[in-house]
Amino acid sequence: MTTDPRIVPAATAPELLRNFCIIAHIDHGKSTLADRMLGITGVLEERLQKAQYLDRMDIERERGITIKSQAVRMPWHVEGSPFALNMIDTPGHVDFTYEVSRSLAACEGAVLLVDAAQGIEAQTLANLYLAMENDLTIIPVLNKIDLPSAEPDRYAAELAQLIGCDVDDVLRVSGKTGEGVPELLDRVVRDIPHPVGDANAPTRAMIFDSVYDSYRGVVTYVRVVDGDLKPREKIAMMSTLATHDLLEIGVISPEPTPTKGLGVGEVGYLITGVKDVRLSKVGDTVTRAKGRAETSLGGYRDPKPMVYSGLFPLDGSDFPVLRDALDKLQLNDAALVYEPESSVALGFGFRCGYLGLLHLEIVRDRLEREFNLDLISTAPNVVYTVRMEDGKEITVTNPSEFPGGKIAEVREPVVKATILVPSEFIGSVMELCQERRGQMGTMNYISETRVEMHYTLPLAEIVFDFFDQLKSRTKGYASLDYEPDGEAASDLVKVDILLQGEQVDAFSAIVHKDAAYAYGVSMVGKLKDLIDRQQYEVPIQAAIGARIIARETIRAIRKDVLAKCYGGDISRKRKLLEKQKAGKKRMKNIGSVEVPPEAFIAALSTSDDSAAKGKKK
Amino acid sequence: MGDAPSAPFTPPREGVGRDFGVYIHVPFCAVRCGYCDFNTYAPGESEFSSRDDYVGAALAEMAHARHAMAGDERPARTVFVGGGTPTMLDAQALAALLDGVRQTWGLSADAEVTTEANPDSVTRESLAALASAGFTRVSFGMQSAVPHVLATLDRTHRPENVERAVTWAKEAGLATSLDLIYGTPGESIADWHASLDAAIALEPDHVSAYALVIEPGTRMGTQLRRGEIHAVDLDTQADMYEAADARLAQAGYGWYEVSNWSRTPADACRHNIAYWTSQDWWGIGPGAHSYLGPRIGPAGAEAPAERWWNVKLPRVYAQRLHAGQSPEAEREPLSPADLALESVMLRVRLAQGMPIGDLPEPRAQAVAALVADGLLDGRAAIAGTLLLTLRGRLLADAAVRALT
Repeated sequence: MTTDPRIVPAATAPELLRNFCIIAHIDHGKSTLADRMLGITGVLEERLQKAQYLDRMDIERERGITIKSQAVRMPWHVEGSPFALNMIDTPGHVDFTYEVSRSLAACEGAVLLVDAAQGIEAQTLANLYLAMENDLTIIPVLNKIDLPSAEPDRYAAELAQLIGCDVDDVLRVSGKTGEGVPELLDRVVRDIPHPVGDANAPTRAMIFDSVYDSYRGVVTYVRVVDGDLKPREKIAMMSTLATHDLLEIGVISPEPTPTKGLGVGEVGYLITGVKDVRLSKVGDTVTRAKGRAETSLGGYRDPKPMVYSGLFPLDGSDFPVLRDALDKLQLNDAALVYEPESSVALGFGFRCGYLGLLHLEIVRDRLEREFNLDLISTAPNVVYTVRMEDGKEITVTNPSEFPGGKIAEVREPVVKATILVPSEFIGSVMELCQERRGQMGTMNYISETRVEMHYTLPLAEIVFDFFDQLKSRTKGYASLDYEPDGEAASDLVKVDILLQGEQVDAFSAIVHKDAAYAYGVSMVGKLKDLIDRQQYEVPIQAAIGARIIARETIRAIRKDVLAKCYGGDISRKRKLLEKQKAGKKRMKNIGSVEVPPEAFIAALSTSDDSAAKGKKK
Repeated sequence: MGDAPSAPFTPPREGVGRDFGVYIHVPFCAVRCGYCDFNTYAPGESEFSSRDDYVGAALAEMAHARHAMAGDERPARTVFVGGGTPTMLDAQALAALLDGVRQTWGLSADAEVTTEANPDSVTRESLAALASAGFTRVSFGMQSAVPHVLATLDRTHRPENVERAVTWAKEAGLATSLDLIYGTPGESIADWHASLDAAIALEPDHVSAYALVIEPGTRMGTQLRRGEIHAVDLDTQADMYEAADARLAQAGYGWYEVSNWSRTPADACRHNIAYWTSQDWWGIGPGAHSYLGPRIGPAGAEAPAERWWNVKLPRVYAQRLHAGQSPEAEREPLSPADLALESVMLRVRLAQGMPIGDLPEPRAQAVAALVADGLLDGRAAIAGTLLLTLRGRLLADAAVRALT
């Protein structure tokens, strides 16, 4: 495919560029639509189309979500003139709000993509607000109009009301069949403004993504705002003033293709040979080492972990493997933080900080999959601030750090949550939020049948199973978005779990005083079901300080022998024994009690069914 | 390996220091009991018809064994005919099988020759005939003396038949053993005491008592899954075991293996002790297992220990042998590590115990912990022997896991 000379990278007039992203909820068909665009513009030959080409990582493919954004350059002709469209893919989950905001900052317009059978979801709404705050031009689009269950008229009205446009302005497409996609590309060219910048000013380019590649090192995605970037120049990062050699510069179309540079408004990638994404941070401004820009583009901030959890190798000798694996993952994930931690129960591991629960699950999945590790992750918790009576303040990222002495006040992070739900479920949502110590804010009808509810909730109440509960109580119709909203004082206590009188640090939790008893009863009950009978009686207790609030006892096992053992039984019995011994190896010994790893996993969940699943007796 | 004739054994150059025994599996029963997952066939099951071919096929396997063990001159020191129900065959047939053993390997002068028997399928005459054919011992499947327990187990015999059979066996000069089962669904502790008392009253030389294991795939397994019956919990089983040990001890029977008691040490079943001390044996019959330990061939080459087992279906078993082929289904070479593990697993179950020095790896700490927890006898441990306590016998599998 030869490129029209008017839209060759580094030599394209900003007037011929369009930078846009697609805002969509998980499984509203963003990846399918993006692939369809690649096909229609000729960037990707149909036969080469892997399903959802843009979602690269296996985990993303399995979970149907996009973690890391990418940017693809596509040619498109309107009325005989060529244009270069840069489609910037955005992550779609609350954990990655900051990354979304940077992707949006690289665009002039956004395609608001909504499933014609489902309507808009809270996450999409949140990103739409962000896009509108960034003054992006919005093109409303209903997808999946080929579905029998599609209700395009109903949702077109909803979208029109939401963004204040005419119902007829809402495009109707099918990423699956391609219907309406060429018209959408035409609209991108017509409606979205071209980028504006000063080609003669000192170079400023914004990093909107940074990905570690094991062959190339860190690949940095940038949007040039002013000036230009050329290969073999020295560049500088404005947050750190660190300088790097620009080994390669190019565009993605759809594979990385080196170019002679990037000019004003263009989007592409840089390779400098650095091996650590933390040296090429999302939000930072790239400039030339010689003739540096005076001011950065702004909007940069360090990612801040919201949730902490311990990660321990099941086999203690895997600790060095885990350390190396985390080091490697961090090359690709600037938001992941960790430090060594040792637990009486679980041995040596790491206390890890994550952007949210999804981020936690992704990291654990990747560690297990890519590094072949068996891991135990402890119950996640948020960051508490404890003020002692003597005025000292302690930051608690781990229940074991919760101080004993005289506590004046404990503060916990809270979030502002937005929940979108069909109006018949208002009661269920209010009930759930009340159970989770939520405080109701405003409530708006966004259409006749859908409501937007605002709540202030403790983050700790959301990180467990809030979203699952929300889904199950609203038959899957509710959607949720939230953003941090500072801290609030609360009546919080630490509940410890004791096995045979010995405190198991991995099971300690910081919970609201009113929930402490229920938590204690539920945990000791779960552990009673999950731990096999031992050769002696094992008491399990829950305690606040020295006060026992719940107790169960695992009775001693009295019989563990197969009565018959003759000639024909020996091979079978030996194999059974070997299997039992292998099972025993998986056990974590706490004192002299053998605890199966499932017990630690069950502690992650607050729902009762997970305990039932693990039930063995 | 199925159809190919098995490779001839490398015959041992000289005595290997292990005893040799023969097991003969008779895979036929009058009815299939609800708990039974053994390789046996009852009337109405198509394999039952191959009963007529059985003795000929078993003798053919002996001929095959003689060929395979050429050069190994050890006579059989023990013979055990099990099943199934061996007494589904008449005394002449059983005598013919024993003759086969004599001709194939020879029988040592003091050989122990046992057959299992159903109390219903013996007569005074048949037991006398067995004794004169060379059988020395008979083991009756008594299971219980309580009618509702026997009914749950699908046992057809009447409790009084056991008494009759034991009397006849004693008259014939046969040593006697009774098999009991405890933990049958619906069986109370009182029921179990009644069975123990009934067995002891018959003054057998030997008693075995097994906890009922309800295997999936059996009729009882299905009933259990459907909730029609309820398994006796492990704690009650433990109570029943302790009751058996106490009651039998009081009556003068000593335990010599987890599930076996005898009046004197000489009354212990030597054939089974051979299994637990890893002696060699050849198993004749469908599904039978055989074991030969490590040995040195005529050329001085070392052959590893091996276990193998025959095809399960009597019809296929007979066809193989009629076609001059080995009935072997599968063979398992045993590494020194496998043997070491098996040795602990088996010997620890014995009242004679096992020298601590025979553990594959030193486990001083595990031994100390087991003594502290009351599973191993402390005095014996100090004297260098692993010996299970009563509590330890009930937790023997846990002890073995800790020791290996």
